[in-house]
Amino acid sequence: MKKRKPLSTSSEWTFELIDTYDHEIARIAKNFKLDTYPNQIEVISAEQMMDAYASSGMPIGYHHWSYGKNFMDTEKKYRRGQMGLAYEIVINSNPCISYLMEENTMLMQALVIAHAAYGHNSFFKGNYLFEQWTSADAIIDYLLFSKNYIKECEQRYGVDAVENILDSCHALMNFGVDRYKRPQQLSMKKEQIRQKDREAYLQQQINELWRTIPNYYDTKTEEVERRFPLDPQENILYFIEKNAPLLEPWQREIIRIVRKISQYFYPQKQTKVMNEGWATFWHYTILNQMYDEGLMNDGYMMEFLQSHTNVIKQPGFDSPYYNGLNPYALGFAIMSDIRNICENPTSEDREWFPELVDTDWLETMDFAMRNFKDESFISQYLSPRIIRQMRLFGLNDDDQEAHIEVNAIHNTTGYQKVRHILADQYNLGSIEPNIQIYNVNVRGDRTLTLRHYQYNRKPLAGTLDEVLKHLTRLWGFNTVLETVDNNGEIIQTTKTEIKH
Amino acid sequence: MTRLIDKRINAKNKSAVNRQRFLKRYKSQIKKAVTDAISNRSITDIESGESISIPAKDISEPIIYHGQGGKREMIHPGNKEFVPGDKIKRPQQKSGKGQGDQASDSGEGQDEFVFEISKEEFMDFFFEDMELPNLVKTQVTTIYDKKKSRAGFKADGIPSNINVVRSLRNAHARRIALRAPYKKELKECQDELEELLDDSSSSATKIEALKERIVFLEKKIKTIPYIDEFDLRYNNHVDVPKPTTQAVMFCVMDVSGSMDQSKKDIAKRFFILLYLFLTRNYEKIELVFISHHTTAKEVTEQEFFYSRETGGTVVSSALKLMHEIASTRYPTNDWNIYIAQASDGDNWYDDSPTCREILAEKIMPLVQYYSYVEITPDSHQSLWHEYEKVEQNFSNFAMRKIVDVSDIFPVLRNLFKKKDELKTAS
Repeated sequence: MKKRKPLSTSSEWTFELIDTYDHEIARIAKNFKLDTYPNQIEVISAEQMMDAYASSGMPIGYHHWSYGKNFMDTEKKYRRGQMGLAYEIVINSNPCISYLMEENTMLMQALVIAHAAYGHNSFFKGNYLFEQWTSADAIIDYLLFSKNYIKECEQRYGVDAVENILDSCHALMNFGVDRYKRPQQLSMKKEQIRQKDREAYLQQQINELWRTIPNYYDTKTEEVERRFPLDPQENILYFIEKNAPLLEPWQREIIRIVRKISQYFYPQKQTKVMNEGWATFWHYTILNQMYDEGLMNDGYMMEFLQSHTNVIKQPGFDSPYYNGLNPYALGFAIMSDIRNICENPTSEDREWFPELVDTDWLETMDFAMRNFKDESFISQYLSPRIIRQMRLFGLNDDDQEAHIEVNAIHNTTGYQKVRHILADQYNLGSIEPNIQIYNVNVRGDRTLTLRHYQYNRKPLAGTLDEVLKHLTRLWGFNTVLETVDNNGEIIQTTKTEIKH
Repeated sequence: MTRLIDKRINAKNKSAVNRQRFLKRYKSQIKKAVTDAISNRSITDIESGESISIPAKDISEPIIYHGQGGKREMIHPGNKEFVPGDKIKRPQQKSGKGQGDQASDSGEGQDEFVFEISKEEFMDFFFEDMELPNLVKTQVTTIYDKKKSRAGFKADGIPSNINVVRSLRNAHARRIALRAPYKKELKECQDELEELLDDSSSSATKIEALKERIVFLEKKIKTIPYIDEFDLRYNNHVDVPKPTTQAVMFCVMDVSGSMDQSKKDIAKRFFILLYLFLTRNYEKIELVFISHHTTAKEVTEQEFFYSRETGGTVVSSALKLMHEIASTRYPTNDWNIYIAQASDGDNWYDDSPTCREILAEKIMPLVQYYSYVEITPDSHQSLWHEYEKVEQNFSNFAMRKIVDVSDIFPVLRNLFKKKDELKTAS
């Protein structure tokens, strides 16, 4: 064994030390073929971390009261010691921005650099969802553009008017994403140039749609039967931006901003387990490599293992600390397992993962990281070993049955079922209610009809009325929400009338 | 390629604007929480931050999600004994999920959004753009306390103020000055005598005369007094005016039968506001509570707001008592006197002119500011009309009519705005 030459032994960090560690971590990451954006590591104070929290990690954000609320909530909990702050926040941008808290020890800074600046960073750069749906090069510029645009609107139309629009957009933010259609790539300059043209063009299009002078040359009776839009639209905010009759151009632009930001975060929602699992796997692997090379002493290693164990702790369902599956634990388990299957396959692995065994683990993991999201990742890679280790079991909770039934456990007949249910549990399509724009009464009172297609008879909850009021405000005319059951029957209708 | 940046020096408080937006948006709720807090505190305990709690549903952002019900399959970790087919009793719906009154009782803590506002923010919710009346004037001109300050030396004074060093130095100088001519002559005599003694031909009588002269001169030198009245110097002290930093606030309230608890609550808020103004401007504030019906007495805060009396109303009794207390306990060179009077306007008819006289002649010259609120939805009675005459004559007298709690803010702002205009006009 080589004699240890640790980079440092004190828990205090300095900028020089961070630099040295980053240098070593970068070298090791390169050996493991991690492909990353350039890094920008920023040291911030606890207060700045709370700022970042409040704006969901966005480094630049427009002003809105709800961020103030988040901040006050975080601050109160932090001051009372009810909650610690995350060690890091990392932003999907190019260069990739990671925040380090000044309170962290040197070891924690190293861990965070490995986790965020190389783990998450490579995931952002490599995963297909991020690659296709977000523009890391443009996001910072776009956020800056949106902040300035909204500030300008506030000056021109008043803070309250802007706040009203933003409130309504936030209420519908989850319905402001394209789930299937790829959005255009963002670019600050193009945005600015196009924005003026777009305002004029949009307004013209809308005027065309709502033209009331009858067209004598085209009076087919079937026209009346045709719905608008022809196909149901899933992106409600997009539909409103393009078609709401009464909105001002600047209001449409704000709707666009909100849905663009929503779209930017959409891949993160779909890859929690993978993203955290990947980053955790890499901080674990990189720091162990450093220890093996003698760059860290035993004390550092003990501190590291303690932090790492906390991160991947998974309390059982009957523990008072149980709060659902821990994405770090699940993700780390599956990621480590893939390496294991490649390097030391058992006969079970050979049976379940014939295409993985005896392959180069780096290439195999790289493939897994690039081409999946949580749902498909779990259905592809969750192995019987993990199901046994975590003692996963399935419950069927059907309100038409008197009891909740255990329908799968970690046995031969249960593996596939557990895998299937767990994958669906991370399918945003089934987590979020499926609500789509169905029809607009173009020739009549312009009522907007939405349809909620029920999934497994799950009802809508939350402040539904409030959301519909916001929708109605944006649309400018009455709205109707129809709930459709599995058989295609309308089982419930909620009307919201516009207040004049 | 890594860039390492120290962002700690960058602007903090990035969320400050958002925080202000939040406070502005929920101003009415926060204000309500603040006023509720006020009514539970003592007047003197009013100035501190407050933990504000707003029903969470009022400020939650609307959202749609899947609710309970339907069919859902879930995976959980940590199985110990379950095998497929096991049936588990459905747990009771957790509290706070909606239906049922009992649930909301127990789960209330969860339904509140609690946050701290600072002392400053708390106060600002009251003051907004109000301003202490006559403040500048008070500090610069009217109210002076005197303080002794050293100012060199003077030639007369009392023995205890004698400055020993100065006096002895004067004595020393005087002694040197008075001795000088004698010493000079003595020197000359002595020199001459020596010459004569050396010279054998000199006359004996001349020597004798010189010796006599020397004795005379030495005696003269010795008789110069060591210290003289003329030498004495006394430390000089002068009075330097010093602004007072203490104020007394008289709360005068009608507690006759016609003042019910709601009127008293309005009055309390009015008093509190004035008190708060004073705390912003004076180091020390004393409160005097005078309640009156047909007779007036000084009472504790508790009695003042919560005791109930019956009978008629004689306002002048309170004014008399107030004048008595002010002149005995709070001399105007030590105290800034502020008076806040609340009443429902009832008064013994003949008494009102007396009130005006007492006010105009005795009280108004003593006070910094006199504010009167009449809490009544009815039309004015004699007291109001008499007070109006006072208002015409004194710029530091203000009066307003209040109908309910919501009038308090505008009333106070008006009170002080009015002052402001007068001040700039004069």
